[in-house]
Amino acid sequence: MAILLDCKTPVLVQGFTGKIGSFHAREMMDYGTNVVGGVTPGKGGSTHLGAPVFNTVKGAVKETGAEASIVFVPPPFAADSIMEAADAGIKTCVCITDGIPTQDMIRVKRYMRRYRFGDRMRLIGPNCAGMITPGQAMMGIMPGHIYMQGRVGIVGRSGTLGYEAASQMMAAGIGVSTSVGIGGDPINGSSFRDILELFEQDHKTDAVVMIGEIGGPQEAAAAAWARENMSKPLIAYIAGLSAPKGRRMGHAGAIISAFGESAQEKVEILKETGVHISPTPSQFGETVQSVLSEQKKAA
Amino acid sequence: MDIHEYQAKEILSRFGVSIPRGGLAYSPEQATYRAREIGGERWVVKAQIHSGARGKAGGIKVCSTDHEIADAADFLLGRRLVTHQTGPAGKLVSRLYVEEATDIEREIYLGFVMDRTTERIMIVASGSGGMEIEEIAEREPESIIRTSVDPGVGMQTFQAREIAFGLGLEPGLVGKAVETIMGCYAAFSNLDAAMLEINPLVVTGGGDLIALDAKMSFDENALFRRPHIAEFRDKSQEDPRETYANDRGLSYVGLDGNIGCIINGAGLAMATLDMIKLAGGEPANFLDIGGGASPERVTKSFRAVLRDQNVKVVLVNIFAGINRCDWVAEGVLKAIEEVGVEVPLVVRLAGTNVEEGRRIIAESGHDILLADTLAEAAGMAVDAWKQQTN
Repeated sequence: MAILLDCKTPVLVQGFTGKIGSFHAREMMDYGTNVVGGVTPGKGGSTHLGAPVFNTVKGAVKETGAEASIVFVPPPFAADSIMEAADAGIKTCVCITDGIPTQDMIRVKRYMRRYRFGDRMRLIGPNCAGMITPGQAMMGIMPGHIYMQGRVGIVGRSGTLGYEAASQMMAAGIGVSTSVGIGGDPINGSSFRDILELFEQDHKTDAVVMIGEIGGPQEAAAAAWARENMSKPLIAYIAGLSAPKGRRMGHAGAIISAFGESAQEKVEILKETGVHISPTPSQFGETVQSVLSEQKKAA
Repeated sequence: MDIHEYQAKEILSRFGVSIPRGGLAYSPEQATYRAREIGGERWVVKAQIHSGARGKAGGIKVCSTDHEIADAADFLLGRRLVTHQTGPAGKLVSRLYVEEATDIEREIYLGFVMDRTTERIMIVASGSGGMEIEEIAEREPESIIRTSVDPGVGMQTFQAREIAFGLGLEPGLVGKAVETIMGCYAAFSNLDAAMLEINPLVVTGGGDLIALDAKMSFDENALFRRPHIAEFRDKSQEDPRETYANDRGLSYVGLDGNIGCIINGAGLAMATLDMIKLAGGEPANFLDIGGGASPERVTKSFRAVLRDQNVKVVLVNIFAGINRCDWVAEGVLKAIEEVGVEVPLVVRLAGTNVEEGRRIIAESGHDILLADTLAEAAGMAVDAWKQQTN
């Protein structure tokens, strides 16, 4: 597999029978994802899209052996659903929901730490497009056909900007090992660094594209980690050059509130740590291409 | 979501924080009446706007007579105050808060924030209050005390006590300081605040500890469960362009340029704005149309963007993922017909069924500039704007 997800991963859909959950569950199944069932409290025992529905995540895991779950639950109840997944022994949970209160996410992250590191659930998102291992499976809401199979990892906050990068790469003939959306919220499950660590260990990934944005310390922290620990080239773009200080640019986390959080400052920090910068969002394809050909020459 | 000083004080006093006696006024007559109600010999008339640094902008007046109060109120009401946080347009003063003047012996800074590194609520305090925290961090960084709260158990009294002693407060005031800090924490966590700042927290000549100024903002994602907080929203403090768009469910931020933008996804929107800037233009707004890009939402977006008189070009950039470009293209045409777009329009579509989408736009008979890539779209929009200015 690439990272986190392949065509065998047994996936559960939380919020399975809702309108949004149903739509995307079907898309995921069509793409080849091994959806083994879903959870909608009160509808346990029924069948939806040809898969069994359960009342609780624990019950679903027991019956289906699900290892991953994707959450399509409205914001007021999403934190509860994530914690339910963590408690039921789910290994990887993707939360698509946008609009979860920050204090709920603080509680979720604290709750996940009750479990020992090896047993602890990995959360991707919330407020993200999910993840895809092209040609194998997707747990998310992205259009599968814009991703070509290949050996470059993508990790980004934004959905559509990630699509832009993937399609520019496809146009340049560059495929993707896995693409992971970590989401636009200030407090999220997995950081850029968490995902870089996985890509560094993955034998099927040769280089990584990191798509960051204004706000928060994660891009700088990831770059500092990469300088010491990463052998694979890292290519980055930071969105939000024109964002005024103190204004939220769509994403709850996209706000410049301290030094080092503007796009310009982040780009400077990344450059200093040896990260290759895509100077504009229109140059993902060519920047990745030139980094890969340099890598080939060196080898 | 920001609220006014007087609203923050009202909240904090319910949580055991002492505040000066004061009252709200909408007219000079009310202001003098409030002062008489409060009693004493000196009062402060404070403009209520959603911004800090009001003092430097002339928004806070110390008065000793009825006449001075009426004059101050007359001067401030209806005025737009410009601070370094408001932008050049400033913010309208439509309410005043009249307070008894405080005998200040010492000024302390006390703030609560969501810290993204520790992913916890963090308390930031300094014995050097009265200036902004950025200034304290620059001039007296060693004076800053930081404490984070374990979300499993909440803030503990010993943490508040440590802060109080760390600030060098006299033992007699520590109990009151603990009550104040714990009260602020309770307000912050119980009401889903995003930021709380008391600057300054004042030790008075009489040996009391009171919040002389207070600022709170709230997590917009949590307003669904805080209806009383949601009621504090004051639209007069917002950019009217943003009020219009946000009330219609669009994620919009007003900017100062001439190129109006309609984009799906926050990241792609930021990136498109970046491209415009790199191409030598200035965006008029950030607008994330949200999932789906349905014809209704496209129409709403055109209306919102075109309300801004500075918009000389509109750039639409949609990456159709789940939906299809042909459907988005039809939505764009429908919106143009419904809204009437008088300025040059650049459209860039990408994703599913892009050829079909482009064909529909090209054959529509409308004067639309079709772009292939993000760079091309930004370039075309900037050129179209420059042609008008020459």
